[in-house]
Amino acid sequence: MEYLQLGRISLIISFLLIIIGFWGILSQKNIIKIIVSFTILDTGINVLIVSLGYLKGRTAPIIDASVSQGPNHNVLNAIVDPVPQALVLTAIVIGFGVTALLLAYAMKLFKAKRTLEINQFNDLKW
Amino acid sequence: MVRNFLIGLVLASIGFIFFNLYNTYEPKTELNGIAAHYAAKGAEEIGAANIVTAIVVTYRGFDTMGEVTILFLTASIIGFFLKLSKKDEAKKIIHHGTSELLITSAQILVPIIFLFGVYVFMNGHLTPGGGFQGGAIIASGVALLIMANPNRQINHHAILWIESISGVSFVILGLLGIFLAGGFLDNRFLSLGTFGDLFSAGAIPLIYSFIGLKVGAEISNILNKYQKSQKES
Repeated sequence: MEYLQLGRISLIISFLLIIIGFWGILSQKNIIKIIVSFTILDTGINVLIVSLGYLKGRTAPIIDASVSQGPNHNVLNAIVDPVPQALVLTAIVIGFGVTALLLAYAMKLFKAKRTLEINQFNDLKW
Repeated sequence: MVRNFLIGLVLASIGFIFFNLYNTYEPKTELNGIAAHYAAKGAEEIGAANIVTAIVVTYRGFDTMGEVTILFLTASIIGFFLKLSKKDEAKKIIHHGTSELLITSAQILVPIIFLFGVYVFMNGHLTPGGGFQGGAIIASGVALLIMANPNRQINHHAILWIESISGVSFVILGLLGIFLAGGFLDNRFLSLGTFGDLFSAGAIPLIYSFIGLKVGAEISNILNKYQKSQKES
């Protein structure tokens, strides 16, 4: 049972997502698929950061009825780490901006060559 | 073949690093350092029930301003990239019609989606959510409108004005914090109110509402640029 804690499960899921994202970026030929792989990699890193702030048996960092009536009346013993969650909020917004820019580039590239196969864009290759 | 081998090698080495991390991972048992301070003092110092909001808007408010700036930069770069010529601007998007289901549901759902977005960013200091989430929900309503009618004209001037006014108000609220309270983006120049009320936590509901409006306008602006860029074909 020790290996099936929530913290460990989310760590495994985040590692898998990161590896899938890297695999997609390295092996896919279609630009849209590469962008999707970037977002999967993003999600994996976000899950990793949040799961590092997880503390067993505690609730979300919102002070309401579930905190004050919990078994431990002290806030310090009732909530998970709020700092990684705030950092991930930042990371999600940056990830959105990067994805939006990538999609705009993809549109521009498609207009230039009418294809999204990355092998066709070899102007800068040497 | 060599390529697949190299990809496999990279993935295997990343997997190896993760495997070692996983083996040495020990779950934390208590909050430490800055997190403990935020958890213990956040409620009385800031007055927000949602500690994450207290961190994002007040303790690390400067970061949030940077985030909003990055979103603005993204919107402007996309506007620069997808700029249309005068001739293309007058064209229409050619499409094969949208389904009746989408059109009707857009008419019914869009006001509710907007209302929900406003609810999410107004209650950012009490419930899960906040300016960025609320703004994204509002923009999803705009996305539904565009999908229901690809040739819909989004009011560009309204978006620009909402974005500019809320951005300037955000900075002014931050500066008021310097003059009336402890520092930039300090929320305590308004009374903290009763803990857990809608109008509590000083300036946080105001700041988060302006962030929500700005983010909603920026994402709608990006969607509008994507929509217009389809005119050329």
